[in-house]
Amino acid sequence: MALAWRAARLDERRPQTATARSLVFTVPGWPGHLPGQHVDVRLTADDGYQAVRSYSLAAPADGDRIELGVQSVPGGEVSPYLAEELPPGAEVEVRGPLGNWFVRRPEQTEPALLIAGGSGVVPLAAMIRAHRRAGAPSLLQLLYSVRTPADVWYADELTDHDPRLDVRLLYTRQAPPGTARAPARLTLSDLEKPAARLESTGTVYVCGPTGFVETVGDLLLDLGRDPATIRTERFG
Amino acid sequence: MSSFSPGFRGRARSLADRLPPGQYPTEQFPVLSAGPTPRVSTDTWAFTITTETGETHSWSWTEMMALPQQETVTDIHCVTRWSKFDTPWRGVSLDAFFEDVETAADFVLAHSYGGYTTNLPLEDLLDGKAWLVHTYDGYPLSPEHGGPARLLVPHLYLWKSAKWVRGLRLSDDDEPGFWESVGYHEYGDPWREQRNWGD
Repeated sequence: MALAWRAARLDERRPQTATARSLVFTVPGWPGHLPGQHVDVRLTADDGYQAVRSYSLAAPADGDRIELGVQSVPGGEVSPYLAEELPPGAEVEVRGPLGNWFVRRPEQTEPALLIAGGSGVVPLAAMIRAHRRAGAPSLLQLLYSVRTPADVWYADELTDHDPRLDVRLLYTRQAPPGTARAPARLTLSDLEKPAARLESTGTVYVCGPTGFVETVGDLLLDLGRDPATIRTERFG
Repeated sequence: MSSFSPGFRGRARSLADRLPPGQYPTEQFPVLSAGPTPRVSTDTWAFTITTETGETHSWSWTEMMALPQQETVTDIHCVTRWSKFDTPWRGVSLDAFFEDVETAADFVLAHSYGGYTTNLPLEDLLDGKAWLVHTYDGYPLSPEHGGPARLLVPHLYLWKSAKWVRGLRLSDDDEPGFWESVGYHEYGDPWREQRNWGD
């Protein structure tokens, strides 16, 4: 059966960083989704012109409510409109859920390593939130590469003390005072320990810009991980 | 006035005849792949066609490069909704590989280094519609874009243009490939917007 376009009403828009927003929509008839999946969002101008872009779902299924993560791209056709202009209560159209590969299913309660670059954290946040909601006892590790402390999405949730979630922030430009690791791009030594804590059959999810995902994928292969255990999602 | 997305204006509409429905143009070259980029050396690279009777035809890198080379400039369309115009490629028409292949099969499963697969009707690979390409914009094709060599089937969504391709398996049956097994359309015509199952 073909996926339908559904009306989605903007309920809430929350800032995550200076340029990133969480958008919560109500989508009557939403069929539910898996952590890691995304949706297409369609905008329509007054003359009928339409533009469509994909956005990751940031939270597990919650009835007919969905949360998207939108990073506003300067000069972008769709993201600045969603991040700043779409009025609360107004509608867009969404189609989904999409993507059945970069997903963590409810029955997957085993440990996993999540590696995010920038806004690549969005689909991984859905996995973390689902893991918490299910009360799964196993450990999720999140390695999260950001430019500066001000660029961290979901800061409240990712910094609290949950023994089943081990978050390591890797700053590339500027780190908070007292951070032992000097600001730098992710290297092999950043990956060694987290990878060693995950058994060889455990899944590694990597999401971020292409250059980031390429680098992380190469380093994981250098560490001897089986390519079949590495799932990637890229943008840009 | 549209009842959706009030105040949305969008970009210039001038590309309408070149842009399949639901796509947007980009100057960049984004990447879509499901896992890490496989490491493939041209020293050990081989491209193999296996017929429905099990007969194999194989080319080393040197043998492939000795086949007639073609330049092609084409628009490409990714199911993630970007399209890129006038992309310049160099490679070998699949017609050249199929010259001595005897087959009555209707379908092909392309398979790649790294385990990726994708299925296509054989007729979509013949008569000048598809290439094995190794050069992009004058440079060796980079690994993240499918180097050392990938398929180029520009009239279908780009996931059909298997990166890191290592062979084609001919069959009487249409066996779904990797993305086709997890929700992507079995054929993938961008002009009919065949993105997902049922489109």
